[in-house]
Amino acid sequence: MKFSEEFRDPELAKRLLERIHRNSKRPTRLMEFCGGHTVSIFRHGLRQLLPKNIEMLSGPGCPVCVTASADLDRAIALAALPNVIVTSFGDMIRVPGSYSSLQQAKAEGADVRVVYSTQDALDMAKGNPDRSVVFIGIGFETTAPTVAAAIRQAEAEGVRNFYVLSLHKLCPPIMKSILDLGEVRLSGIVCPGHVSAVIGARPYDFIARDYRIGCVVAGFEPLDILQAVDMLVQQIENDQPTVEIAYTRGVKPEGNPTALGMMYSVFEVGEANWRGIGAVPGSGLRLNAEHRRFDAEARFDIKTRPAIEPKGCLCGSILRGVATPGDCKLFRRVCTPENPVGPCMVSNEGSCAAYYQYGENDGG
Amino acid sequence: MCLAVPALVKSISGSKGIVEIDGVTREVSLQLTPEARVGDYVLLHTGYAINVIDAAEAQETLKLLRQMVSEVQ
Repeated sequence: MKFSEEFRDPELAKRLLERIHRNSKRPTRLMEFCGGHTVSIFRHGLRQLLPKNIEMLSGPGCPVCVTASADLDRAIALAALPNVIVTSFGDMIRVPGSYSSLQQAKAEGADVRVVYSTQDALDMAKGNPDRSVVFIGIGFETTAPTVAAAIRQAEAEGVRNFYVLSLHKLCPPIMKSILDLGEVRLSGIVCPGHVSAVIGARPYDFIARDYRIGCVVAGFEPLDILQAVDMLVQQIENDQPTVEIAYTRGVKPEGNPTALGMMYSVFEVGEANWRGIGAVPGSGLRLNAEHRRFDAEARFDIKTRPAIEPKGCLCGSILRGVATPGDCKLFRRVCTPENPVGPCMVSNEGSCAAYYQYGENDGG
Repeated sequence: MCLAVPALVKSISGSKGIVEIDGVTREVSLQLTPEARVGDYVLLHTGYAINVIDAAEAQETLKLLRQMVSEVQ
């Protein structure tokens, strides 16, 4: 078994869809929280195959997309400092900040380098002992433990020139924020598979209990997503919201305690600034006191001008599920993957990029 | 961004491992999955294994799906 192709069986998918069509009767609005799910749903054309009464909404689960302009501006300001190498995952480089982007800063002479892994950033620090290497730490609970592991390794190996700008964010608190905002009424949530591989399924319990909204943790293959939709349909039709795991091969109820332990050995929970939502207490990770010396914010004097959002860009509303890319006047006309105005068009898993690539919502 | 792909563990040395993905091998960190053994599949994310894939659960899911679609309504 390869754990991928088996979960793409078209015959089984067809029959699962037939079952969903048979069983789903109520108007149903599901949010797929994770950008990876959005991409998979579009790639496999699942939206068109589901019954008309089931609406799929994309959520804020794209770390690049939810990075606030002000935070991007700080990353860009870091890149402008002398003797600093800024390292980042690829997508971030192209996202426009208020006045520039990391890519533009690089074109203007800043040392900005794309890395695949925090390990690469740490190796770069070791290879450049006379310079400061800053890693732009974006990502949810999936990624934060890997960044924590690199920090612990830097600590163990006595690397003194490795820093992290922690923009890490936590999923359950922002789900709560979106539900508390009350702008979208949801019948169920397709919960992120790889975030849950780390945190498990229990952190979603409050959503089923307090908001009466079912949660199913899903994998990323078409059968995984259809299975999760089927499970949510059962919950909705029976009025029994609960938390379930469809993706049992990758997610245990308790998550990965080693990864969680690693994450909380380096980070502590703090406020995070979300594009379109704003500052949300308890929804981010910052370096704890013991590891503050790896904190780029503590080490460098980062000066930025007040942040401004790209004019006319609806990314923020799209991330909250209250607008779709077709509602945006810039979509396709001005904002394209080649010339993105907002982050939802930059990231592969941003809603705008998915709608653009798969031809939905042309906006007339 | 939270993309993680199944990778087969070929060998382990300390907290590092060599994994194979679609015929390509590379070195990854197994720091977050100390329980990983040679022959396991792990979920690989940005150079780190974040979980060991449970093969028995995968079989169970496929069996369950086949049962679900053959149920008489």
